[in-house]
Amino acid sequence: MAVDSINQPAPPKVALINDPVARALFFQVLVLGSILLFGGYIVNNTMDNLASQGIASGFGFLETTAGFAIGYSPFLDYSEENTYGYALLVSLLNTLLVAGIGVLFATIIGFIMGVARLSKNWLISTLALIYIEMMRNIPLLLQIFFWYFGVLRALPGPRQSLDFNGTIFVNNRGVFMPSPEFESGFGVVTTVIILTIIGIIFLARWAKKRMEQTGQPFPVFWTSLALIIVLPILAAAVMGFPMGWNHAELTGFNFTGGTEVPPELVSLALALATYTGAFIAEIVRAGIQSVSHGQTEAAYALGIKPGITLRKVVIPQALRVIIPPLTSQYLNLTKNSSLAAAIAYPDIVLVFAGTVLMQTGQAVEIIAITMGFYLLVSLIISMFMNWYNKSMSLVER
Amino acid sequence: MKKSITAFAAVTAAALVTTAIVTPASAGPVLDRVKAKGFIQCGVSQGVPGFSNPDEKGNWSGLDVDVCRSVAAALFGDATKVKYTPLSSKERFTALQSGEIDVLSRNTTWTLVRDTALGMNFAGVAYYDGQGFMVRKSLGVKSALELDGASVCTNLGTTTELNLSDYFRANGMKFKGVFFEKADEVVAAYDAGRCDVYTTDQSALAAQRTKMKNPAEHQVLPEIISKEPLGPVVPHADDQWFDLVKWSLNVMIEAEELGLTSENIDSMKADSKNPGIMRMVGVEGDTGKNLGVDNNWSYNIIKQVGNYGEVFEKHLGESTPIGLPRGLNKLWSKGGILYAPPVR
Repeated sequence: MAVDSINQPAPPKVALINDPVARALFFQVLVLGSILLFGGYIVNNTMDNLASQGIASGFGFLETTAGFAIGYSPFLDYSEENTYGYALLVSLLNTLLVAGIGVLFATIIGFIMGVARLSKNWLISTLALIYIEMMRNIPLLLQIFFWYFGVLRALPGPRQSLDFNGTIFVNNRGVFMPSPEFESGFGVVTTVIILTIIGIIFLARWAKKRMEQTGQPFPVFWTSLALIIVLPILAAAVMGFPMGWNHAELTGFNFTGGTEVPPELVSLALALATYTGAFIAEIVRAGIQSVSHGQTEAAYALGIKPGITLRKVVIPQALRVIIPPLTSQYLNLTKNSSLAAAIAYPDIVLVFAGTVLMQTGQAVEIIAITMGFYLLVSLIISMFMNWYNKSMSLVER
Repeated sequence: MKKSITAFAAVTAAALVTTAIVTPASAGPVLDRVKAKGFIQCGVSQGVPGFSNPDEKGNWSGLDVDVCRSVAAALFGDATKVKYTPLSSKERFTALQSGEIDVLSRNTTWTLVRDTALGMNFAGVAYYDGQGFMVRKSLGVKSALELDGASVCTNLGTTTELNLSDYFRANGMKFKGVFFEKADEVVAAYDAGRCDVYTTDQSALAAQRTKMKNPAEHQVLPEIISKEPLGPVVPHADDQWFDLVKWSLNVMIEAEELGLTSENIDSMKADSKNPGIMRMVGVEGDTGKNLGVDNNWSYNIIKQVGNYGEVFEKHLGESTPIGLPRGLNKLWSKGGILYAPPVR
């Protein structure tokens, strides 16, 4: 549609006030200016009012000693002597942990249930339907309460724990598992694992290239699985198994040692995963149904087996429909994790927008930081999913 | 099209002018606000028996509630002119700072940071409390010093949470904290066995114990690990309102010392020649004028709400299910530390 502008007659001269470009620019500057002014006025007003009421402001409090405990900090060593800023970091990681677990399991549940919903087997599809309709239509907070108070009450106390072979213990204080302890020489095993993963990436590339050039398929998945299991075990055997297990033991009131998963984390992650999983199942079903039946018939006509048809013909096309709404489900799940505050899981809302807010009284700064964190996480998830969507989208030639 | 653009420009310009003229809004004196509304908006707990608890009809009662009622009696001559806002420990200060409530009477501990950095003033002490621990009797624990490694449930954002950390740190012990926003959730979690220990102010322990499935299964350990002076809180920037709340509380304590009760005050008003009593019933002096209220203000408080001793016995005393002893909260003349400055 490119038009040679030299052949066009020169536009007639108009007064600046009637020039559409100048007018558009003028109004844009006006709108932007008034928004900035209004924003500045709000900030200024807030500062004035806080000062006149004698409420402290500023971000200096982040350097102050916290003085309170955080019930669960799996990644960092936290104690009362650390600062509010460090408590923010701990609580922020706890939010990311529960959101990460939730997204992973919601996706798995969602894909299984979505495919099951389309099954020709009446029982399977009806069960999937019941699951989806039940989970979607009960408020999430109630589901969290159900998993927390309902299930927690049914579990025994620490001294009567459910004992799984003396290694895993379940009671109303959580799940206690042995944690691996790495001795010197384990670095070799780690190196082997990393090298194997790099090797698998190259293998996959080679297999894809071969497929494109010769049409010969290569069982990449099974080969990789075998490699990632066998090679590290071999390496560990050579080094004389340089690792042990730190078992959880009942001492005094509770279990100590090993890995502890508190019931708050379990019930929150479970509720988030099953709730969002139901929505994802519907998205997956819609995605698969959006692929025209002609595609499947064409694949069958070419003699492609049903399993491969699903994986290589239907799913790649369905993903294009699935990914955008899937992204918003991931965002919802992450934001819904703030309901943690209801069951005492120490996430950013409970610890930072709760305890820290109470101890310092600096509501404006703290809520701003908390909102900024959720915004940042959501934008990162969106960015990643947009990139993934692009790489999955139809390439037109 | 042209017209709409012009109109838009006019609106934008108007908006600019308005934002420039309006000066930053400051919370006007609380007393004026309360008088204009005709009632007091009182921030209370979400249900602590004896302090502030609603009955099945939604009527609030308790010691903290009566503090608010006494202010209403002083200001309006009618103790019923109070509306209640139930607040979690997390919400309470923001509600006061933002002007959503006029006075916070919600077993809140007086500390330096709260008094100075949060834009509010403590108007006295309505109950002297201390933090204690509750455990199941079946654990066989006799002292708080045996609690190393225990799981502890409590409310988040309270002085309790900080005292707990301090106490375990000072004694070289460890604990696993589980912190809830609502008192009901703490009780439910402790009752479900999520925690070995429930810690909060001793008065609240006694009150919450009545809510448990089997109150007899639990015991309060002897240690008191902190000072918890609980009292009403008002926002900064209104000294008159501060005075009114402070003296409404003081009158209840002074009335007990003078032997004035809701029952005998009418006969005392008619007969008494004691100048202290005559001032309290509004016959002599002009205490009301100085506070900016009716001279019958203290009479109204005692008549409609009662003196401190009556209020305590009614809501917390030995005859109630909570059954707290007066302890520190006896009058100074009877071995306690309750001491009101002279009302004159």
